[in-house]
Amino acid sequence: MLELKNITKRFGDRTIINKLNLTVKDGEILSIVGPSGAGKTTLLRCITGLEKVDGGDFLVDGKPFDPFTNRSNDSVIGVVFQNFELFPHLTVLQNITLAPTMVLKQSEADAQAAANKLLARLNLSDHGDQYPYQLSGGQQQRVAIARALAMKPNVLCYDEPTSALDPNLRQEVEKLILGLKADGMTQIVVSHDLTFAENIADEMLHVEPNQTK
Amino acid sequence: MHYILEILPSLLSGAGMTLQIFLWTLIGSLPLGLILSLGLISKIKPLQWLINFYVWLMRGTPLLLQLIFVFYGLPLIGVVFPRYEAALFAFILNYAAYFAEIFRGGLQAIDNGQYESARVLRLSYGQTIRKIVIPQVVKIVIPSVGNEVINLIKDSSLVYVIGIGDLLRAGNVATARDVTLVPLVLVAVLYLLLTAVTTFVLRQVEKRYSYWK
Repeated sequence: MLELKNITKRFGDRTIINKLNLTVKDGEILSIVGPSGAGKTTLLRCITGLEKVDGGDFLVDGKPFDPFTNRSNDSVIGVVFQNFELFPHLTVLQNITLAPTMVLKQSEADAQAAANKLLARLNLSDHGDQYPYQLSGGQQQRVAIARALAMKPNVLCYDEPTSALDPNLRQEVEKLILGLKADGMTQIVVSHDLTFAENIADEMLHVEPNQTK
Repeated sequence: MHYILEILPSLLSGAGMTLQIFLWTLIGSLPLGLILSLGLISKIKPLQWLINFYVWLMRGTPLLLQLIFVFYGLPLIGVVFPRYEAALFAFILNYAAYFAEIFRGGLQAIDNGQYESARVLRLSYGQTIRKIVIPQVVKIVIPSVGNEVINLIKDSSLVYVIGIGDLLRAGNVATARDVTLVPLVLVAVLYLLLTAVTTFVLRQVEKRYSYWK
């Protein structure tokens, strides 16, 4: 379970997130929706440790945890970026095994076995030796998911998972996310696509642009 | 033909010196340039200023002046370099400045998302630079580095000013002694051969990095 308590984030004198409280239960999907500029992505960046919060606490299973400085080897948060941010010079398999071997110190063989399982799970078995530029957008996204899952995170976060893809791929993404939920994955999805967000969500969080400055 | 064979040994030995200066300068200045470029993009302002000043100094004064300064100037304050070492010292410092600027451009071309993606995978700064950033930067900078490398072959002829017997000097000596243009033409041919080989090698390196886009 991931809990956010009184999370506050400011950029200069603009308060983007004001004393936000939030709970994501294990195995559930939280959708964060709202118009652009409302701070959804900022909130996600705080949860994933890419931005430092100005106040408040994060708790994982009741234990305090600071995503910004927590650099220990138990990875809590996995991220699938809007543009996937795969490493273009590495093959699909290398993209997935890089962090497990370098950070978790898994052996090359263990990491590859785990990666191959993930690739099979995500229908990418034939693509392990290809480079990201050879894949379609949807395939790249699944590689990004596999890369994040290889670090065995407690929570998997997505930033706008439908926006870089063809509109007709939306249902595929829904299926994929619900499939991972069936596997027991806790997920947080930021989206401006309300229908998509509602289709997958157990909980919805609507964020509005903050009026206070 | 007979004359050519007669002067060829001295020209080739000069070419050997040119090659030595060329190779040692590259071996010294490429890594130094890379380290300097990391300083140029670092967030530590004084370090940035210092390296910017260095780059300005090295690119802002003639290499010929730097050579004269190191070999004839520094002994006046008690720093004595032998000829060959003086030449390498000046060339490495000078070329590192140019390479630093080229690498800085390459580093800045790497999208911030790549760093963030490495960060959420918990790679350390060193791992990110080594495994993610440098391979991509190398591909970007090959053409510009190649330009400097070709320049270096010809710039190395400046060492005549501190009395080192390189290719150009060998030709010059023969021309002055025998009152004929032939040695100078041969010198030009040898420089052209050197640049042709270098160009070929650079193309191969470029090809090696063309497996991804």
